Amino acid sequence: MSQGTNYVLGVYDDEDVLMDAVQKVRGEGVKIEEVYTPFPVHGLEHALGYKRSWLSVAAFLFGITGTTLALTMQIGMMYVDWPMIIGGKDYLPFPSFVPVTFELTVLLASFGMVGTFLGISNLKPWAKPRIYDIRITDDKHVMAIDLDGNSKSEDDIKSVLQSSGAVEVNNKTFD
Amino acid sequence: MSDITIPLEAEQDIAHEQGHAEAAVREPLITGGKTVHDVSEDIAGRVEQKPTITWMLAMAISLGLLVAGGYAVAMLLWEGIGMWGLNKTVGWAWDITNFVWWVGIGHAGTLISAVLLLFRQRWRMSINRASEAMTIFAVICAAMFPVLHMGRPWLGFYWALPLPNTFGSLWVNFNSPLLWDVFAISTYFSVSLVFWYIGLIPDFATIRDRAKNKISKLIYGTLSFGWTGGAKTWMHYETVSLVLAGLATPLVLSVHTIVSFDFATSVIPGWHTTIFPPYFVAGAIFSGFAMVLTLLIVTRKVYKLEDYITLQHLEMMNIVIIVTGSIVGIAYITEFFIAWYSGVEAEQYAFINRATGPYWWAYWSMMTCNVISPQLFWFKKIRTNIAATFIISIIVNIGMWFERFVIIVTSLHRDFLPSSWAMFYPTWVDMGVYIFTFGLFFTLFFLFAKFFPVINMAEVKSIIKATGEKKK
Repeated sequence: MSQGTNYVLGVYDDEDVLMDAVQKVRGEGVKIEEVYTPFPVHGLEHALGYKRSWLSVAAFLFGITGTTLALTMQIGMMYVDWPMIIGGKDYLPFPSFVPVTFELTVLLASFGMVGTFLGISNLKPWAKPRIYDIRITDDKHVMAIDLDGNSKSEDDIKSVLQSSGAVEVNNKTFD
Repeated sequence: MSDITIPLEAEQDIAHEQGHAEAAVREPLITGGKTVHDVSEDIAGRVEQKPTITWMLAMAISLGLLVAGGYAVAMLLWEGIGMWGLNKTVGWAWDITNFVWWVGIGHAGTLISAVLLLFRQRWRMSINRASEAMTIFAVICAAMFPVLHMGRPWLGFYWALPLPNTFGSLWVNFNSPLLWDVFAISTYFSVSLVFWYIGLIPDFATIRDRAKNKISKLIYGTLSFGWTGGAKTWMHYETVSLVLAGLATPLVLSVHTIVSFDFATSVIPGWHTTIFPPYFVAGAIFSGFAMVLTLLIVTRKVYKLEDYITLQHLEMMNIVIIVTGSIVGIAYITEFFIAWYSGVEAEQYAFINRATGPYWWAYWSMMTCNVISPQLFWFKKIRTNIAATFIISIIVNIGMWFERFVIIVTSLHRDFLPSSWAMFYPTWVDMGVYIFTFGLFFTLFFLFAKFFPVINMAEVKSIIKATGEKKK
């Protein structure tokens, strides 16, 4: 989560220029806090050194919970609590249990993963987002560099950004 | 090199090195030389503008249908299921026909969002949001029928759930496809809703940041959940989309399979056949794509989105219609063949009765609409003709309604015991409830079209460079 107050922003209008810029800026030893884009840019998270999202693992774990819940529920209800012979079938008709088990697996996996995603990304209806530049959601890509987190001087950082192809270099302060 | 599969990121990296040019042979998916900013303007602009006369007229008509049909629904709840034309022999007719029809239509949206994402078909991007919205509204309409057909829905809706109760805890029957439906339809609805909503978040942020007045900013700000567009969040977002697509794909197949089990697991001739699951799923995709075409042909014209929903998109959808329509046609032939080959007289009679009995007109409507009309799309001239596509899409949906009607009513009205044979005639309440669902569907769709961005802006922006027409 971004906590800083003083930022230098490099504004780009092309995602390929942005990708090269990220390599260049990191190569110069400047720490990038985050890059904001209007659409997902492939390879950007790799260029920024982010590890693969573990949400797929979370989905799998939630899914297993769903399977367990479904099977426990059906076995509990149809075998332990009130076993009945229905249509000449066994008390534990596993083929019959498949649809509900499958559906609950998918339901819990989806909801669990999405809930986790919203949680870790700090997305909620009452959120007060930090808008670095109002054009991020339109067509500009913004590289946010925290001045307090970098040893380089502001002018150095600005010149690196300029030479990497930024169409604008701005300052931004948050209270 | 040709037998090595390249993962999507690497493919993109290669394209990136080569300057993002797609093969020159491919038609651009977005025409008109659009820039990324144009996408925001064209689509968010529609949300921001005042309601037009066309929109208000459309809303008036659909609200009219909703209210008129609503009277039939009220009558049904007040007086009971006897208001329908059902009898002991034909216990299911318009109610379940309409249920299956609406659920089937709903499957196209998830197929477009999920399955085409997994197959990396970029042409899905302009149409997936509107199709997913259509799915959600279609499933809402579908759900009306199982709920209403319970007779006392205020009791029935929770009796269908496995909740502890004071009847000794009497549990639901997990052997029953009717119960599997409860889980399947609710899961399908929830997962589709979530998938659709997650996709909307970045676009709501675009509208929030463009908002000129405080109310707009507040509403779209709330809806956008504080989205800022950071690379880390986009990374997680893409994983979520991919996994949801992976989860939703088996849902498309399983949900309509489970619906088909409502019939296939019974014993009556014409219902008790193993062809039903693939036949129903293909039929669902068939009717769903037809409905998507009907809606999008009108929407793209009214909203001037021809550069985003191009003729190429319509043609692709028509190709899906030929494929699924042909599968449905083959399923019909298979049913016949097996009925004849099995030597089971009751089964053979069921099919002779369909073609020559008192409901022969429904059967032949179904055959003409479903088997003949989609085959016309083999001709390029027809599948690239918008008017023809529009007309055929409506014909397909009519045909698919008749298909469900024929399966349900002809098999029920004459099964094993001739002394039980009876006719079914719909009442005004049967028709009224159906009209109500049309009103509900179109009201919801027009509200969506006015207040939500009908095309996924963020996705379309991401493919502009690679697949858009270059500015001259």
